[in-house]
Amino acid sequence: MKEPIIEITGLTKKYGNFTAVDHLNLTIRKGEVFGLLGPNGAGKSTTILMLLGLTEPTEGSVSVCGFNSASQPIQVKKMAGYLPENVGFYEDRTGFDNLVYTAKLNGFTSKQAEEQAWDVLKRVGMTNEAKKLTGKYSRGMRQRLGLANVLIKNPQVIILDEPTLGLDPSGIRELLDLIVQLSREDGITVLFSSHHLHQVQRVCDRVGLFVKGKLLDEGDIQSLSKRLFADKPVIITIGSDSFPQRLQSADFSKLEKRLKEIESINAINIVDERLVLTCSSDVTAEIAKLFVTFDYPLNHLVKREYGLDDIYNLYFEGGVKNEE
Amino acid sequence: MKNKKHTEKRQNPFTVIVQKEISDQVRSLRFLILLAIIVLTCTGAMYTALTNIAGSVKPNDPEGSFFFLKLFTISDGTMPSFLVFITFLGPVLGICMGFDAINSERNRGTLSFMLAQPIPRDYLINAKFTAAFIVISILLFALGFLTTGLGLIIVGIPPTVDEFFRIVLFLLIACVYVAFWLNLSILLSVQCKQAATSALAAIAIWLFFSVFYNMLVNLIAKGIAPSEFASANQMVYFQRFVLDLLRVDPAHLFNEATSALLIPSVRSLGPLTMEQMVGSLPTPLSLGQSLAVVWPQLTGLIAATVICFALSYVSFMRREIRSR
Repeated sequence: MKEPIIEITGLTKKYGNFTAVDHLNLTIRKGEVFGLLGPNGAGKSTTILMLLGLTEPTEGSVSVCGFNSASQPIQVKKMAGYLPENVGFYEDRTGFDNLVYTAKLNGFTSKQAEEQAWDVLKRVGMTNEAKKLTGKYSRGMRQRLGLANVLIKNPQVIILDEPTLGLDPSGIRELLDLIVQLSREDGITVLFSSHHLHQVQRVCDRVGLFVKGKLLDEGDIQSLSKRLFADKPVIITIGSDSFPQRLQSADFSKLEKRLKEIESINAINIVDERLVLTCSSDVTAEIAKLFVTFDYPLNHLVKREYGLDDIYNLYFEGGVKNEE
Repeated sequence: MKNKKHTEKRQNPFTVIVQKEISDQVRSLRFLILLAIIVLTCTGAMYTALTNIAGSVKPNDPEGSFFFLKLFTISDGTMPSFLVFITFLGPVLGICMGFDAINSERNRGTLSFMLAQPIPRDYLINAKFTAAFIVISILLFALGFLTTGLGLIIVGIPPTVDEFFRIVLFLLIACVYVAFWLNLSILLSVQCKQAATSALAAIAIWLFFSVFYNMLVNLIAKGIAPSEFASANQMVYFQRFVLDLLRVDPAHLFNEATSALLIPSVRSLGPLTMEQMVGSLPTPLSLGQSLAVVWPQLTGLIAATVICFALSYVSFMRREIRSR
C-alpha cells in the first residue's frame, strides 16, 4: 500500500504573468484518500487538469500510475477517473444510457457496458433512478451518477473536483461516505479538492493545504495543526461552581500560588469569573488535580487547541478572497 | 453461436461517439423541423418541374437527350427549382447541425467529462463533423434519389448512365456545399461561448453572402466598370474580376458547379470571346468535359470546407477546457 501512485514534481502553470500553480511537489500513495484543500482560486482545479493531461504544465512533471500525464494522457485517463466540478450529462438521455456511453468510450462492448452500468448503479445506490432522464435529476443524484460514471472504467485513481459543491449537509455526508467506502473496498486511491475543511478532515487520510498555487503543508490534520501552530500557546479555561464566592478568598490565592509554581504556565487571568491560563505546553492534568485537591468543583475545563478552524481562519478567510 | 460472447466486437470509441451524435441529431426537434421544410419544398419543386417538363423540351434542343436533368433545374416561375432550394436551404441545414457542436457541450458540462475519457481529444470534433456529414449526405442523397425515382415513375423514361452520374455528382457537390456551412458553424461554435451567439453569427454570414454580397459586388462593378469604348481585353479583365469577386461566395461556386453539371450545354463559366466560340458545335459536353469545367469550383468549395474545419480543429485542440 505504500508505493506512490501520483507523483508531482516541480509542477508550475503560468497564465501570462499569473502563476496558478507554483513549483508543486506532492506524492500520493496507493489506496490513500487525499484531500486537496484550499480557497477558491488556489490552483486546485488547474493542478487536477494537469494531472489528467487536460492542460499542459509550464514546468515540471506529473505522473499518474507511472504514466506521464503530459505525454501519455490517454494511458493516464484509462487508469484515472475524473469527476469535474459541475459535471454535466446528456440530459435527454437516461442515467443508464449515459453510463453505457461512458463504458463504451472506455472500450467495453455493448453487453459488457450494460452489465457494468448496472453494477456501478448498484454500488452508488441509484438503481431506482437509472431509467430517468438525467435532466430531471437532483443535485445529489447528479453527483452520484457522476461518481458512477467515474467508477465504471474500474479506475485505480479517482480524482474529484469539488464533489460536494452545492449539496446539502446530509448529501455531503452520504457522498463522502460513499467515496471512502468505495476506496476502502477496492483499494482505489482518491484525490479530491475542496474548500470545505470540515468535510475533508472527516474522510481524508491526508490533506494538502493549497494556497495561492503553493502547497503550504501536507499530512494528516492533527500533525498539520501541530506543525503549523507549534509555537502557539495552549490556553486552558477553567470554571467552577464555587468561583463567584471564593475568587477573592484566601484559599484561592493559595491555589494561584501553586499554579504559578507550574513552570509552563505563563499567565493567569480571570475573565468572566473563569480562570484563563496561558501555557507553553499541555498541563491540563496537573491543573485539574490541583483544583480537586483544593476542593473546587469543576464545571468547565477547556483546552483550546489550534485546529481546523484556525487553519481555516488563517489561510482561507484572511488569505485569498476571490469568491466566485 | 457458441462463440457469441467473443464475437461481439469491441467498438472503436470514435464509432461510439459518431453513433451517439447521429442519434442526437436525428432526434433533435430542430432537425425534424428542417427536414420537414426541406422535404416539403423539394416536393413542391418536383411538382412544378413535372408539370412543366413537357413544355421545356423543344425540338432541336441540344439538351433534348438530357431532359431528365431538367427535373432538378426547371421551374415555371411560381416555385423555384430543386437546385435553387438546395442552394438556399443547404446552408441553413449545415448551420443548424453545427452551430452548437462544441459550445453546448461546454455549457452542459459534458465537455470536460468527455475529455476525461481515454480518447484523443480530436475524436470529439472529428466525430461531430462525421456524424453531421453522414446525416447530411443521407438526407441529400435520399432526396435526390427520391426525386429521380418519382420522375422515373411519372415520366416513364429512365435516365441515361451519363445523367445518373451527373445527378450523383450534383448530390456530392451539394453535400460538400452543406459541409462548408456545417464546418463554418462548428468553427463558430468553438469560438463562441454561447450557442445563440454562434448561431446568430453563422446566420449573419449566410445572410451577408446570400443577400448583401451580390449588391456589394454590383456596387464595386459599377464603380470600376470600363467605358463602353474600352478594348475587348479590358472588358474581359473586368468581367473576370467581377466574377472572381462573386466566387468568394460559396453559394456562387456551388451554383456554377451544379449548373454546369446539370445543364450539359454550359461550356464555360467565365466570359467567352467570339474567337473561342467560332466553330464550336452547339452540342452538350460529355460528363468528363463538364467535370473539367467545374473542377476549379469544386476544388474551391472543398478547400473552403477543409479550411473551416482545420481552423476549428486547431482552435479546439489548443483550447484549455475548464469545467463550465
